[in-house]
Amino acid sequence: MARVVVDVMLKPEILDPQGQAVANALPRLGVTDVSSVRIGRRIEIDFTGEPDLNRAREIADKLLANPVIEDFEIRVEGASAEVA
Amino acid sequence: MRIGVVTFPGSLDDGDAARAARIAGAEAIRLWHGDPDLHGVDAVVLPGGFSYGDALRCGAIARFAPVMESIIDAARGGLPVLGICNGFQILCEAHLLPGALTRNQHLHFRNRDQWLKVEATNTAWTNGFTADQEILIPVKNGEGCFVADPKTLDALEAEGRVVARYIKGNPNGSQRDIAGITNEAGNVVGIMPHPEHAVEALTGPSLDGLGFFTSVLRSLAKDGQLAGGQQ
Repeated sequence: MARVVVDVMLKPEILDPQGQAVANALPRLGVTDVSSVRIGRRIEIDFTGEPDLNRAREIADKLLANPVIEDFEIRVEGASAEVA
Repeated sequence: MRIGVVTFPGSLDDGDAARAARIAGAEAIRLWHGDPDLHGVDAVVLPGGFSYGDALRCGAIARFAPVMESIIDAARGGLPVLGICNGFQILCEAHLLPGALTRNQHLHFRNRDQWLKVEATNTAWTNGFTADQEILIPVKNGEGCFVADPKTLDALEAEGRVVARYIKGNPNGSQRDIAGITNEAGNVVGIMPHPEHAVEALTGPSLDGLGFFTSVLRSLAKDGQLAGGQQ
């Protein structure tokens, strides 16, 4: 499988109101030991040939993440993450 | 004078923007996202809406539309460009303006008439306003929360590049109540509320929005005189 996985997360200093809304709902499930929830996006890129990390990094940097507010990590599926 | 209004798949306010340009006295030229030809327009409006269905992030796909490549080049050369709502998001994604527009802090879509204070009156799109003029125009967005790092925010304020701030209530949590900003040259302006919806007594809360469109005509007329009287 020639798949590269890109994880996009809001930078730590950017407020995540969706994550906060989820965190605030947890007590209703009886969960009281969670201090924070942050929501990101996982993107799977399937290459026709060999997985190309450099190409994936370019795609992530130019389009998948907005560097003003987001960080990303990329990895070949099954391998450990490489931080951008 | 010819004001181009771009239509992307999912644009909503292109019709109103073209109408506002006509009411201000311009000829409105409709531009198509897939056509890189700007058809000789003197200024461009990127209208509100949900270009490409807001896929990925608002404005992220539109930024790569063929028409945008021409607009980005022309804007760097001084072409007046006004991005309203989704258009503001596109300008940030295209790095013509700093910062980003994120989900409203309270997570709700906001649709109401909004008071703003106009601050920068030396831009191509706001030279017809007086400094600190208070105006009332509609705001309608789900992702209008302006964010940037503190250094960028400080620079915008120090350089007088905050075009308008929300007053009498911030509708989306924007940092420092910023509703609109401009680039260093003052030809590119992004604003979250909708001046094109406040140009007629019948449909708008005021006529305050018209000032953006008459401003650009004034600025073009002035440039034309300087350039030797051409339009």
